[in-house]
Amino acid sequence: MDNTPQDDAELKSLSQALHQLYDPVLDEPVPARIAARIHAQPRHGRAAAIAAGWVMVGVCVGVFAGWQLRASRSAATVQAEVPGFVKRAAVAHATYSPEVRHPVEVGADQEQHLVAWLSKRLGAQVRAPKLDAIGYNLIGGRLLPGDNGPVAHFMYQTEKGRRITLYVRTEATENRETAFRYASEGNVNVFYWIDRKLGYALSSADLGREDLIKVANAVYQQLNP
Amino acid sequence: MNDAESIVELIPRLRRYARALAGDRPAADDLVQDTLERAWSKLHLYRRGTDLRAWLFTVMHNVYVNQRRAARPSSPLDEEMPELAQPGREIDALVLRDLDAAIRRLPPDQREVLLLVALEDMSYSEAADALEIPIGTVMSRLARAREKLRAMLSGLPAGSGTQLKIVK
Repeated sequence: MDNTPQDDAELKSLSQALHQLYDPVLDEPVPARIAARIHAQPRHGRAAAIAAGWVMVGVCVGVFAGWQLRASRSAATVQAEVPGFVKRAAVAHATYSPEVRHPVEVGADQEQHLVAWLSKRLGAQVRAPKLDAIGYNLIGGRLLPGDNGPVAHFMYQTEKGRRITLYVRTEATENRETAFRYASEGNVNVFYWIDRKLGYALSSADLGREDLIKVANAVYQQLNP
Repeated sequence: MNDAESIVELIPRLRRYARALAGDRPAADDLVQDTLERAWSKLHLYRRGTDLRAWLFTVMHNVYVNQRRAARPSSPLDEEMPELAQPGREIDALVLRDLDAAIRRLPPDQREVLLLVALEDMSYSEAADALEIPIGTVMSRLARAREKLRAMLSGLPAGSGTQLKIVK
């Protein structure tokens, strides 16, 4: 019994054709939802080691997705450059996050009103993810002008005063989905992705890539329970 | 490299196989996502030192079988197979497209075996392990899959013995 079926010439050519057909998948960035799901906490009481391992998977997937993005960018296929909204998000972060007296327009004490107002202005249901579990408390948010309409801007900070902002805008095309992507604009690091009707950019001037993707994963999970 | 890193490294492979198996991208990524979730919850069942890739393919196979069971019953194509391509086409892109369509039309059991062997380059025994079926079943399913492909791609009835014309 021959246990190396690939010796067969016809099967070999079939194999080549299958590789031609499906190998391009290998170079695609891993979608955010796959990266994010793995990062979720274990649902039942399991060994901490396993949990830690899977958190690592989540982080690695994100990093890997970013790496793949870089790889695919350098490939012959033309990849879009960093979208304009990511730059706008970075500028908004740089502008508002150092503010001491007026970092936000509407404070977290009026969160319901804030979210309802921004949803109304964007024409889409936006939500302010709850990030207290990872140490970030909502300060509040504001409305910003974007290149295709109003933008919602939420700000969070840690007890030590580190701030992150989440820039949320409506996307023209529905049902779009992208991987987490990473960009560095000046000294602001941004993770961005598009999920259905909304585009998100999470910005920080303090967090490195690895820490920022943990927050991005938490945001994604909050928005996709 | 720890298990987690190894798994991450295998995700593109899982996605490629899933795309070929499940067809469109959303269905394929659902399959990968469910596979990773299941693998995560069953990681304690993975025996260190054994082939992680084979284990993940087994998990994916089980998830795929369950998904199919939950979905409407698949329509087997053992009887009538409409002609997909005219014989003698030379253009690779068209042939590939026909092949893609032909792969979709295979019964899932046969598609899995064909993809594990021809796309994932597994041996018969590796494919048998991954699908948890006897090696003889792998071989017979592969033979049936190839015969159907030949028939679909040549427009001739199965069993006519024509060669698959794909890549020269």
